[in-house]
Amino acid sequence: MTDPVYLDWNATAVPRPESVAAVAQAAARVGNPSSVHGPGRLARQTVEAARAQVAAAVGARPQEVIFLSGGTEANTLALCQPAWRSIVVSAVEHDSVRAAADATGLPVHVVSVDENGVVRLDALAETLADSTPPVLVSLMLANNETGVIQPVAEAARIAHAHGATVHCDAVQALGKIPVDRDGLDVDLMSLSAHKIGGPTGVGALVVRDGLAVQPAIVGGGQELGRRSGTENGPGIAGFGVAAESAVAELGDAGRLAALRDDLEARIARVAPQTRFFSARAERLANTSCLSMAGVPAETQVMALDLAGVCVSSGSACSSGKVRASHVLAAVGAGDAEAGEAIRVSLGRTTTPGDIDRFVDAWSTLYERTAAKRGRPLEAV
Amino acid sequence: MAVKTPVYMDYQATTPLDPRVLDAMMPYLTDRFGNPHSVGHRFGWEAEAGVDKARGDVATLIGAAPEDIVFTSGATETNNLVLKGVMAAYGAKRDHLVTVVTEHKCVLEAAASVARAGFQVTLLPVGGDGLIDLDRLADSLTDRTALVSVMTVNNEIGVIQPIARIGALCRERGVLFHTDAAQAFGKLPLDVADQNIDLMSISGHKIHGPKGIGALYLRRRPRIRLVPQMDGGGQERGIRSGTLSPALCAGLGTAASIAGAEMARDGEHVARLMGRFRSKLVDALPGVVVNGHTEQRYPGNLNLSFPGLDGELLIANLRDLAVSSGAACASATTGPSYVLEAIGVPEELAAASIRFGIGRFTTEAEIDFAAERVIETVAQMGGLSAAPELAS
Repeated sequence: MTDPVYLDWNATAVPRPESVAAVAQAAARVGNPSSVHGPGRLARQTVEAARAQVAAAVGARPQEVIFLSGGTEANTLALCQPAWRSIVVSAVEHDSVRAAADATGLPVHVVSVDENGVVRLDALAETLADSTPPVLVSLMLANNETGVIQPVAEAARIAHAHGATVHCDAVQALGKIPVDRDGLDVDLMSLSAHKIGGPTGVGALVVRDGLAVQPAIVGGGQELGRRSGTENGPGIAGFGVAAESAVAELGDAGRLAALRDDLEARIARVAPQTRFFSARAERLANTSCLSMAGVPAETQVMALDLAGVCVSSGSACSSGKVRASHVLAAVGAGDAEAGEAIRVSLGRTTTPGDIDRFVDAWSTLYERTAAKRGRPLEAV
Repeated sequence: MAVKTPVYMDYQATTPLDPRVLDAMMPYLTDRFGNPHSVGHRFGWEAEAGVDKARGDVATLIGAAPEDIVFTSGATETNNLVLKGVMAAYGAKRDHLVTVVTEHKCVLEAAASVARAGFQVTLLPVGGDGLIDLDRLADSLTDRTALVSVMTVNNEIGVIQPIARIGALCRERGVLFHTDAAQAFGKLPLDVADQNIDLMSISGHKIHGPKGIGALYLRRRPRIRLVPQMDGGGQERGIRSGTLSPALCAGLGTAASIAGAEMARDGEHVARLMGRFRSKLVDALPGVVVNGHTEQRYPGNLNLSFPGLDGELLIANLRDLAVSSGAACASATTGPSYVLEAIGVPEELAAASIRFGIGRFTTEAEIDFAAERVIETVAQMGGLSAAPELAS
């Protein structure tokens, strides 16, 4: 049997060999980065080198980077700060942002998006005017399901004009588009290692100098008192290397865009009625979210897996749940249509042959399920 | 026999990764890279299978069921989750938490955070041997007590608290019992049923597993309520959201499984080597003080005070040994250990203390080398003064 085709990079990326090597190398050395003896200092050096790499990847300073267990923890830490009195989020944020916002018990204002999934800046301004300060605005840079890139810099300008603090979940954007913390002018930014070919279990919250962060996890006072717990030195080392590589290879986006556009064009030829979500918006080059009328997403995903093609029916974390995607609902998809959408996401090792395999498998399923859509249009 | 220096004797801070553990992790760091929450394809399924296997391995070591195990990023996160999560869930009716002055910093800090949130916190003292007084614990419990949190093995002085008796008392009084077993899991036999443990904190890197992974044992029946401290995708039955790391889970699971299979051998190994080390030092350096209970202790830990010496200078002079003056997380901060202070060690003596920690990979040659280095260095620094009388 031929190798399976992996097209679920937004769930997790294929590991980068250089990152794996950094993890293994650091793991082979003993040492707690907080110990002051030789092995401890060596472990500390590894962590600090990675901190500089991650900071550089987003144009921040090393001391602004707090290492923690991943994107979910970073989002939680940003949102749960005791300073906030109200929270403003877009309608298409990741579940971890939505849930963290709800868990604060504060008023949560949801800003709508347009039909392409782009946050409405006028609605943001109106919401900010009605929100009790201090306000935290949380807006993702790129959506995990549709790949839509949000106008974060413009949103931040509006938010700052209202005196709000801005958090940006850049987990899905890092390594796919340039992420410049200062250019975006955000105060807090969440990052994850495993979305860029680093290991799972590591992430970071980048906090602008001068902004105090109260820890959510207290204890030994690691990470300058902002996140306690022994740092995962090997994982952090892998994150640093992956961040450096991912940024160095941003140029690959052009190749991925060509592959993705080819995929969509070929599907559109097979099934002209196919909806490609947010295709008219500025999107990540690697992501396509498309629906097959009449066929539940779970059925599509299983059938594609049988054909050796691995995609997902939405974000991985919620893909076990039977409920329509809030991201697709926000762009006006009904429950039925949202329930027929799959996400195809490409990456570093994706080849034209992989796209062929996907298009073939998708087309086969489409033909096999023609009866579910009634009589073929061409027969009219 | 020549030994490689520095000799690593700081096993309570962290332990060397067992090569077998790294071998178990590598597939998940490379080919089996899937997101375990991807339910629609084979990459997700094989990652999930790895997580499930690990969950079983962790559960087996403490007599629990796999469904009782919640993976976290480490014992610090688990301890925070337990203290804050349980008190938030029960606080309306039961607003009282009982813990101990010698707990790990993260338990004490989490308890302080719980107190700031308006709950009542009792910090029990310990005796000169580092152990709590069970009568005092019993007296501290009221009908408003929700949770008792007592560590199994102390990270600085190695003493073992009477966990089974604490568990029995809590069960009898209808109070939840949590133990921070970061220093005990995989080293001492633990059984959540026999010892009446309702919640337990587990760490990977203290048992030759990876850093960045830990677990919570959470009794399911009768159900314990816990307010999650991290929300999102609803992983880990909604108790702890966030993408699990199959590599780290496999590392913890394999470390647990090896620790279970080799517990007797590891225990005998560290007891023999530490006994040898202790005898050499006590014989050569009359006046050296063993901190904490001399028998009811995990043998891989030995916390010694060197009367009359400057501890920092002693550690600096012992550059061939990687040892610490106490908890690693507090290493960078100054001031004597609060654990030693709690057992009544005078400040000067506390400042002249070293924690020696050994484990599976420590060799007899290393022990002999280390003992020789300590004895020589103490002599070079002018020897010990007489030990002061300790209140017990």
